[in-house]
Amino acid sequence: MRRLLGRDRSAVPEALNLTDDRRSEQRARALAMLDELEREAAFPGPPRVGVTGAPGAGKSTLLDAIVRQLRQRGETVGIAAIDPSSQVSGGALLGDRVRVRSGSGDPGVFIRSMAARDQLGGLADSTRAVVDVMAAVFDRVFVETVGVGQSEADVADLVDDLLFVAQPGAGDTLQFMKAGVLELPDLFVVNKSDLGAVAQRTASELSAGLGFGQHGDGEPREVLLASARDGQGITSVVDSLDALHSRQLTSGALGERRRRNRETFVLATLERRYGSFGIESVGGADALRQRIQRREAASAYGLVDELGQVIEAELAAAQK
Amino acid sequence: MNQSNPETNRDRPWVFRTYSGHSSARASNELYRTNLAKGQTGLSVAFDLPTQTGYDSDHPLARGEVGKVGVPISHIEDMATLFEEIPLDRMNTSMTINATAGWLLGLYVAVAERSGVSPDALKGTTQNDVIKEYLSRGTYVFPPEPSMRLISDMVAYTVEAIPNWNPTNICSYHLQEAGATPVQEIAYAIANAIAVLDAVRARGDIEEDSFPRVVGRISFFLNAGIRFVDEVSKVRAMAELWDEVTRERYGVEDPVLRRFRYGVQVNSLGLTEAQPENNVIRIVLEALGVTLSKRARCRALQLPAWNEALGLPRPWDQQWSLRIQQVLAYETDLLEHEDLFDGSHVIEARTTELVKEARSELDKVLDMGGAVMAVENAYMKQSMVESQTSRTRAIESGDLTVVGVNAYTESEDSPLTADRDLSILQVDESAERDQIQRLETFRKQRNAKEVEAALQGLRDGLSNGSNVMPGSIRAAKAGVTTGEWTDTLRSIFGEYRAPTGVSTRSTSLSGEETTRIRDRVHSIAEELGRPLKLLVGKPGLDGHSNGAEQIAVMARDVGMEVVYEGIRLTPGEIVQSALDEGVHAIGLSVLSGSHELLALDVLERLQNSGAGRVPVVVGGIIPDADAQRLRDAGVQRVYTPKDFDLTRIMGEIVDVVAEAHAGA
Repeated sequence: MRRLLGRDRSAVPEALNLTDDRRSEQRARALAMLDELEREAAFPGPPRVGVTGAPGAGKSTLLDAIVRQLRQRGETVGIAAIDPSSQVSGGALLGDRVRVRSGSGDPGVFIRSMAARDQLGGLADSTRAVVDVMAAVFDRVFVETVGVGQSEADVADLVDDLLFVAQPGAGDTLQFMKAGVLELPDLFVVNKSDLGAVAQRTASELSAGLGFGQHGDGEPREVLLASARDGQGITSVVDSLDALHSRQLTSGALGERRRRNRETFVLATLERRYGSFGIESVGGADALRQRIQRREAASAYGLVDELGQVIEAELAAAQK
Repeated sequence: MNQSNPETNRDRPWVFRTYSGHSSARASNELYRTNLAKGQTGLSVAFDLPTQTGYDSDHPLARGEVGKVGVPISHIEDMATLFEEIPLDRMNTSMTINATAGWLLGLYVAVAERSGVSPDALKGTTQNDVIKEYLSRGTYVFPPEPSMRLISDMVAYTVEAIPNWNPTNICSYHLQEAGATPVQEIAYAIANAIAVLDAVRARGDIEEDSFPRVVGRISFFLNAGIRFVDEVSKVRAMAELWDEVTRERYGVEDPVLRRFRYGVQVNSLGLTEAQPENNVIRIVLEALGVTLSKRARCRALQLPAWNEALGLPRPWDQQWSLRIQQVLAYETDLLEHEDLFDGSHVIEARTTELVKEARSELDKVLDMGGAVMAVENAYMKQSMVESQTSRTRAIESGDLTVVGVNAYTESEDSPLTADRDLSILQVDESAERDQIQRLETFRKQRNAKEVEAALQGLRDGLSNGSNVMPGSIRAAKAGVTTGEWTDTLRSIFGEYRAPTGVSTRSTSLSGEETTRIRDRVHSIAEELGRPLKLLVGKPGLDGHSNGAEQIAVMARDVGMEVVYEGIRLTPGEIVQSALDEGVHAIGLSVLSGSHELLALDVLERLQNSGAGRVPVVVGGIIPDADAQRLRDAGVQRVYTPKDFDLTRIMGEIVDVVAEAHAGA
């Protein structure tokens, strides 16, 4: 714990193993660690960025180029990379992602691959814990997910900003619009801009499809063009991420989002654990949100524990 | 009876070669001259992995790899030594070189000119097929786009300057090794050739009249497997489809320029470690597949040695394989007859079927945007990993018979392998040190100003779009090294990492044993507190990733979380990844023979990072004595080609994790 708070990289692997451990003793230790970590963390801490997009859009290569840029600027980076699990075996193939050499071997980059362990492609319970541990040590944290759908909404609830990587070619953009997934991202990057006109076209379609004022501060969401292949536009992506983050910080949107993410995490965890019946037993989701808001100094993990006990007591009382 | 007269009608035999080279330019030169004296009619140069991937012998990544799988060539003096006393104007030299092909051809031309031989007198082949490197063999360096440019530069250069050179040898060989079915082999090889020719045509610096000659210089390099009826049909199908593509797509009218010209290396990876004497029979049958049909007979043939699954072959082993060729060409009546299969219903029907299916698979790749696109989106790689997975599972289940391996395994003691470690070649351990010393001396003696000027010229030429060859030849003469040439290109083109193709959909496994292993994987996860996580790593420069990919896929399918990051990682990168990822075990795959150095390096680094308890298993072509040393040093299990039962390997990985956990 001391080592994590002292931003010691070598303490990270063990801490992450602990957050993933399902044995009761280890789970208790993990919760204590995460509780303390969250309460000790200074606001705002490192930016937490989600990276999402359809398979084949080049998320990994783009992220790799962004990471290289950040390393040149002297930032350390933690990456939580999430891959789907096999529904048959529960196994997963991870790590087939960072295609260009930059991360491995450089202590300034830390990559933990994880399997999305539920079958709908949702994130493993421990993803928030992984992000919190990484945020204690590295200057910036990325969460990369494969594909779209449930996992994308889940990632949006974990991060400050969600970056959507789009592939040139209009077909899937339309599909995303239909699916309503384009409401979540804060920044769009059309990758493979070296393809020229087709990338330009996708970018204009996206801009047109997005409308305006989607950010809390009324600023339009940006659509950038970049090419991981030849490095074009990568600097602007990093600059835009930075600008976005500092604007959110000034406007208070960042604090608001972190509070909302915290509420969502506590609610979702409680709901998974006790079902909607459990939530209703303490007056429903809105009542719970208010309770969470009142306990501003408590950590998300502490709250899950605390409110879980309240729900358990109610459920036990209802049994009698 | 139409008995041919051997004196008048005998066909000229194909070129006899043996893929060889090891230790140093001097030792390889002696080997070549001995082989030529024994009746070999061409040379096939095997380069070591540092040379193939563009590193000087003293580069950190080259450690343990110098002179291992081939000859180290760092500069012009190495190349001159390699061909000492071999008349280059009368030699037909094939070089298995890809990412650095332009450089090695540059050195060859420079050495030829030094001995008074003009480039246009040279005959031979540079393999120079990078697409299959991405798919299977793994010695690529640069991204696809600049790689295609380098290939087309060499095509454009040689078609005028070295008209008898085959600038690129499109390889279906490694596709078969990676698991390709005959249909995939035909379709992907031709898609690859189309990618090269389209790239050359798009350059715009080749006259339209000359283009048919360019098409005529494209040659192929094939594998010959044990199903030799299929192989005869495959070769005939490729010839037919190539004739069609060259005529229709490129408008080549001269049938000579539409000929499907190809060389063959008989399948090495299919040779067995168990009862290795059976490999001689396999080699003969496989050689028949590519020589029997006159219309589709290979132009050059290389046979592996019977003991290649055990380690490096000795000169006697290679001689035995050369003698097979000589018996086939000179003793039998094969070369006295016209095509044996013209009019054969069976062969023609199978050929037609292959052409049809291959054409439809080829169209699929072309519709996708061609071979380069199908590399980047991993389509071809994934298809082959899937084929390979069903193949390995068929061997495991016994549906596919491999004599001595999964059937008829009982055997008398073999006099050929009475002492396993004496029945293979022992590489001189001082080779690397001596090579580095020669390199250091060479660097001191060369003219630094000329070197710098040549490198600047190379850089300028690359940036302004000039052909890479003249600058490379000048650099060779000025004393530039292999590492310097490649670094110059790296600084402009960047480096690439190809998709591994293992992220395919999970195949549903059934069977009692698999279910049992999967249950064990899940139950140990309970004990560990989280899912069993395995890192599959390929350290070193060796890019033969099929084994690692199959292990990764299998481990996923029995329920492990598998981290596989592809080829060419340093032990340091592997250990950092193992720690960061929090894995419970590490599996290393090394096929280049440098298993000992690399595995021990990984063990030591784990120890130093306080993770000495993480168990390590190693797979590769590992002689018994080495395996013992690895186990003594702390490697938990060692696997060699005879361990075909992946399910059993999975069970043992669970065992070592359980042991390590119990001891923790």
